[in-house]
Amino acid sequence: MARITAGVASSHVPLLGVAHDMGKDRDDYFGPIFRGYDWTREWEKAAKPDVVILIYNDHASAFDMKIIPTFAIGCGERYKPADEGWGPRNVPDVIGHADLAWHMAQSLILDEFDMTIINEMDVDHGLTVPLSMMFGHVEEWPCRVIPLAVNVVTYPPPSGNRCWALGEAIARAVASFPEDLNVQVWGTGGMSHQLQGPRAGLINAEWDNDFLDGMIGDSDRLRHIPHIEYLRETGSEGIEMVMWLIMRGSLGKTTRALHRHYHVPCSNTAIGHLVLEPAP
Amino acid sequence: MTCDAKKPVIDIHAYLAEFEDIPGTRVFTAARARAGYHLNQFAMSLMKPENRARWKADEIGYLEEWPLSEAQKAAVLARDYNALLDLGGNIYFLSKVFSTDGLSFLQAVSTMSGLSVEEYQAMMNAGGRSPNGVRSKKDPR
Repeated sequence: MARITAGVASSHVPLLGVAHDMGKDRDDYFGPIFRGYDWTREWEKAAKPDVVILIYNDHASAFDMKIIPTFAIGCGERYKPADEGWGPRNVPDVIGHADLAWHMAQSLILDEFDMTIINEMDVDHGLTVPLSMMFGHVEEWPCRVIPLAVNVVTYPPPSGNRCWALGEAIARAVASFPEDLNVQVWGTGGMSHQLQGPRAGLINAEWDNDFLDGMIGDSDRLRHIPHIEYLRETGSEGIEMVMWLIMRGSLGKTTRALHRHYHVPCSNTAIGHLVLEPAP
Repeated sequence: MTCDAKKPVIDIHAYLAEFEDIPGTRVFTAARARAGYHLNQFAMSLMKPENRARWKADEIGYLEEWPLSEAQKAAVLARDYNALLDLGGNIYFLSKVFSTDGLSFLQAVSTMSGLSVEEYQAMMNAGGRSPNGVRSKKDPR
């Protein structure tokens, strides 16, 4: 049986991809950010996931305004890095796990999550930056990846409660897949940041750290945070943190933290990173 | 199976009204998404290298191919990002415009903040903009 063994949360700021690709990841600015991922890179080498279900949002790359799916699951065989306006990142193609993805899509729809199914798309920094942060420079990604894209751009995005419940449904879907697979769920985006308007640059370290606290243990208080609180407290783009709740929901009642990292700033954004495992 | 029994019912009018209470922020609502549809699709077209080349060669001519309002065209040509947000632009779509100009997110975002790039960068390096006083238009300033 397939099983979810761990959850990873991480910001996915595009500048991290640039720093990584240009070899600036150990300089004075980026060093403190990337050092917070060194532990995780070593841990991933031992954890050896077969599949990562990678929750992220597309930033006007694969999806434009023509079609806006709330929850979309990648069921394709492979995905290329997107050209986001300055050429595609020079990172490996992302290899999907179509068998598990199609099983999840069917299971989730029967579980009343009406997923959009994607067979072909390019994947942008929202997906490839977390892969670089967790795996570093590699010839090929060390695992299969199932992209799960969430609309957090056009309002309303899904509620935190709905995201958490989707995570719970993902756990049921994975548990009913007959092949023995080691599966991780990654929730990406955040933490506090606002990329627009006169209030741009907002950072709320106190709120972010309380959110990190809430991801750990047996509390489910985070699932009830309304959109307006994310907007007021964490900036207009802090809403991406609802995607972390899909990962959290997939880990069951209680989690234990293996690793935690927080740093301000990266470009306009607060960097947050957690490695969690389900606790018995 | 999922249980929706405890699901709170949200009043959409109250939900949307609250967004207008956040200072210096344009939430990308359905109304803005409608107003900015062609503006954002124009920006999206700059994902393709051949379109970037045509845009760089003749910005006004390229804009004429899109059904934008005169105000939207003028704001694009002026790279007035706060005006573009007011006219339905979304930052992830507008990023195609400033990326084509060779600007980073930090450089472009700083133009909306009323600070110079240097002042904005210094604010970020010092921990960013505090939420105190800017959570609500009703906050004491």
